[in-house]
Formats: sequence, structure tokens, C-alpha cells
Amino acid sequence: MVKPLPFEEPVIKLKEKIEELKNITDDAHVDMADEIRSLEERLQKLEADVYGNMAAWDRVQVARHPERPTTLDYIGYLFEDFIELHGDRAYGDDAAIVGGIASFGGTPVTVIGHQRGKDTKENIRRNFGMPHPEGYRKALRLMKQAEKFGRPIICFIDTKGAYPGKAAEERGQSEAIARNLVEMAGLRVPVISIVIGEGGSGGALGLGVANHIHMLENSTYSVISPEGAASILWKDAALAQQAAEAMKITAADLKEMEIIDEIVPEVMGGAHRDAAGQADAIGKAIRSSMDTLCTMDADQVIEDRYRKFRNIGVYKEGED
Amino acid sequence: MAIIREMFKKNKKRYMTVPSEAAKDVPEGLMTKCPECKSIVLTKDLMKCDKVCPDCGHHYKMTAYERVDCLFDEDTFIPMDEGMKTVNPLGFPSYEEKVNADAEKTGLNEAVLTGIGEIDGQRIAVAIMDSHFRMGSMGSVVGEKITRAIEKATEEGVPFIIFTASGGARMQEGVLSLMQMAKTSVALSRHADRGLLFISVMTHPTTGGVSASFASVGDINLAEPKALIGFAGRRVIEQTVREKLPEDFQTAEFLMEHGQLDAVVHRSEMKKTLSTLIRFHTKEAR
Repeated sequence: MVKPLPFEEPVIKLKEKIEELKNITDDAHVDMADEIRSLEERLQKLEADVYGNMAAWDRVQVARHPERPTTLDYIGYLFEDFIELHGDRAYGDDAAIVGGIASFGGTPVTVIGHQRGKDTKENIRRNFGMPHPEGYRKALRLMKQAEKFGRPIICFIDTKGAYPGKAAEERGQSEAIARNLVEMAGLRVPVISIVIGEGGSGGALGLGVANHIHMLENSTYSVISPEGAASILWKDAALAQQAAEAMKITAADLKEMEIIDEIVPEVMGGAHRDAAGQADAIGKAIRSSMDTLCTMDADQVIEDRYRKFRNIGVYKEGED
Repeated sequence: MAIIREMFKKNKKRYMTVPSEAAKDVPEGLMTKCPECKSIVLTKDLMKCDKVCPDCGHHYKMTAYERVDCLFDEDTFIPMDEGMKTVNPLGFPSYEEKVNADAEKTGLNEAVLTGIGEIDGQRIAVAIMDSHFRMGSMGSVVGEKITRAIEKATEEGVPFIIFTASGGARMQEGVLSLMQMAKTSVALSRHADRGLLFISVMTHPTTGGVSASFASVGDINLAEPKALIGFAGRRVIEQTVREKLPEDFQTAEFLMEHGQLDAVVHRSEMKKTLSTLIRFHTKEAR
């Protein structure tokens, strides 16, 4: 049973009521088909209303849902023959970032992504999907390997952020992320990044300097968490809901700012309600990007990526 | 009656403040007290020694213009993009007012001063961040100005040098600020492709998104003594790991000890060091 979120409570309640009526019909041989039908119609309208008008904060909740599919879930649905490759060759293997080689419809690709856990035990092992420098360095190693062998790179972004810890600082968290940004800019193969959950700041961008960036409908991408923004801007973390709205972090916001290329629609109620169906939609987005990008030569790929990021920013020019 | 009542009043003021004559004698800003060793110097003398405390060597924060003065050959610096203006893309209340107030205060249009100049006759493009302007935080204008300075360097085939001083990304411009990290990076990648030099000089403070982008990827990474440099804030880390961090955590010296910096350079040696490094990378030297 999927844990319901506060904003979807009316839907859940109505569903329960319909279930109840159906049970009564079965048990007591009373014909309530009309009532059930009318309630089901109401449910459809309600679902369309609730899921069609989600506030930014509702989407944050969906993006953080403990059962939301992770990178490894999507890899299982979308690719064949995935072989995971480990380690940065310098310090260790960070379980908060996974990567490897797989086949996407017959084409060898390199797949890399942030990896959360689904229960406490796995979350501890994967550090809640918050990478250390060795995670970013592993990612870069795999990207350079992909470049050598001419494989497209697909990145799944799903992190609250790079880990803010003592060891991470000592081993150069800043440099690890910064290095990825510059090196990704120069990669001679296409890079496609898909934000599948939370896109938390520099820790997300470290896998995000891509030719195409797609976002799942209920994912977020931001410079800081809504809680962090609220506590910095208004000195009150409890105002996170307002901050989520004000910071413009939803897929629709980023599409409007022309930062991302495509919004991948989510199944009704969020990706966690149908991982396989969601993977299908992601697969289509990857396929369409591959079709566009794989016709480019290396110089065009680099130029395309350069153009994409060169133009981001809003400002006025000239004396008034 | 009134006098008697006054005598028994509980919260009667028992003393008067006499304005001290001594305090009046020193005009605002004439003397400066070192925040490290508390010694007091004439501000005029402090400026003579590049704003370094003569007693303990503390490096005071510098404004962008002060840095231009102690770095470039006289009258060689030509600023760029001074007319660019910040807008309010997310519609944050009073954001533009705050930016305008800082522009008034610092004489800059945003938290970075960019331009072209000469160091010992060698032409370079430079970006100098100023932490007096919105904590040196990076929004669209800062990102665009830095990117244009990098591109100017690439175009002219000269080195690019950046002095960083920033609290990180500008919150009020949201994800647009974050993307400036990527924008400057794609420009740096092109600069590097042409085999051109990039030196990053990290000054106090260099943290967050600025630390996690251009500041950390110089061909040569330098820092001023004791500068605070790091990805996450000290308080955040302490809350996360639940332990006390060492006193020198995230200082320039700490970073060098952990292999993250090429050198810590005293301000009095900065011009000479940069000049020499540039000379080693000119075509004639190769």
C-alpha cells in the first residue's frame, strides 16, 4: 500500500468509500451500481482536479516520496544488460552514485545516476543519495570512458544535494563538482540528463551539464531546498511551503525559464504509483533526444551544449 | 509635591551620560581596529600595505577597486560591462532595492568587477568579486559578466585571472543562479581548449556555488592566507556530522594541507607571483 500524501487525502477518502460500497453490494446483495457509478465519476473529476492543480509544495512531497522509483529502478526497466562499474580509482566507491554500461534498444550507453535507498538500511549505505567527492569522480571517470568509446551518456538526477560533511570537504567536494561541470562541457559525446526526483543544487548540477535536460512532471530543481531558502530568506524553516512556491523549482517553472528541454508527464498521482508506466514515458524522452543528438558530430555536440548554457540568465543591459 | 514624588520614583535615572571629548576627536574611519589582534592602525597606513595588518598579518577584505589598484600597472585597467543591470526574475520583494543600495554603497553595478589590464606589461582579463556587494553572491549578472570576461580572454588569447569572494549562489534568483555555475564552466572549457591559462585566486570568503565552480578549477589555484574556502557552511556541517570541527577547518592553510590548493600567497607577494606565472605561460617562454 502506497502511503498517501496530505494533499491527496480527499481522493483517497473517496476511493475508500467506493470500495466500501462495493463490498456492501457484494455482501448484502443490494444493488448500488448507480451510486457507485456516480461516485466513480466524481472520483475522476476529483483526481483530475487534485492532481491537475498541484502546488509546488505538493510536488516537493511527491518528489521526496519514499517509494518514488530510483535510478536503479529505471535502469531495470529501460536498459538491457546493465553492468555496474565501481570506484573512482583514487579513494573509494560511493554508493550514492551508481553507474555503468548498458544497452538502450541495442545501442551501448553509459548510465550514471544518484542513488537513494528505499529503506533506512539502504539509505544509510547510500548516504540518502548525497554523494561525496569520490561519487562525482567516479561519474567523471565513467563519462571519460564513454567519450573514449563514443557512447552517449544518460544521467539520472535525484539528490537533496552533495553531502555537507567534514570528510567531503577534506577530499574536495567543491573541486569534484566544479571539475565535472567543466569536463562535462567539453565531452565529445551526447549527454542527456533527466531529473527524476529532487535536483538539489550543485550536487545535482554535477551530473547536469547535458545537451538535453528533461524533468519529470513532479520533480524539482533548485539552488537550495525550500526549507533552506525559508531559513535564509525569512529566518524560519517552517515557511518552506511559501519558499517552494517563491523559488520557482517545478518542472513547469524551469521549462518557462528555458533551462530544461522537456517535461516528462507523470502517471496519475505520481511516478510511485506505476514505475513501469513511468519508465515508458522516460524511455520515449530519451529516445527522442538520442535521435536528435546522435546525428551530430563531436564538435556540434560540444557547440550545442555550449549554446544551451551560455544563454541562461536574466538581466538588463545598457544605461537606463 | 512634585519634587517629593520625584524623589521616591523607583525607576529614577541615577546617572547621566557625559559625551566624551576623546571620542569626538577621532573622525569616523580614521583608525581601524584589526579584528584578529585588536591592534589599532591609521587607516591611511593600512591602505599603504595592501590592507594587511602590520602587526599580525591579517588580510582585511578588499573592495574590487582596491584590488585593481594594487594589482595592475597604473592606468592600464579598462572595466567591462558596467552598464549591465540586475532584474528581479522571481519577483522577490525588495530585491532590486537591495541590489541598488549595494550599488550605491560600492560604486559597482554588481558583485563582480571585470575588465582588461596589464600586470608588468602583460595583458590579462580579470574578474574581481566583491563581498561588500550582496555577500559577493552570484546571480545572472555576476555569471554573465564573468563569462564575458572569460570569453574576452579566449578571444584575445590572453590569461584569465579571477579573484573570488563570495558566499555562493544568489538565493533571490533561484535556479538561474545555480545555472551560472554551468555557464561560466562552458566558457572556461573553451578557454582551456585553446591552451590558455586560467588562474583562480581565492580570497575570504569563497564558499558554496562559487567554490564548487570556477574558483576550484584554475590551472593554478592560489589563496590568500586564512581565507575561508569551502563547499558547505561550517554550521551546516556541524549539524550534519554532530561533531566539533577543528579551528582551522576550511581555511586556505587547511585546504593546502589536504591537497586542494597550489599555494597560499601573501598579498604583498600576489602581484609578483601572478606576474611570474603569466610570464611562464607566454608563447615566448615556451
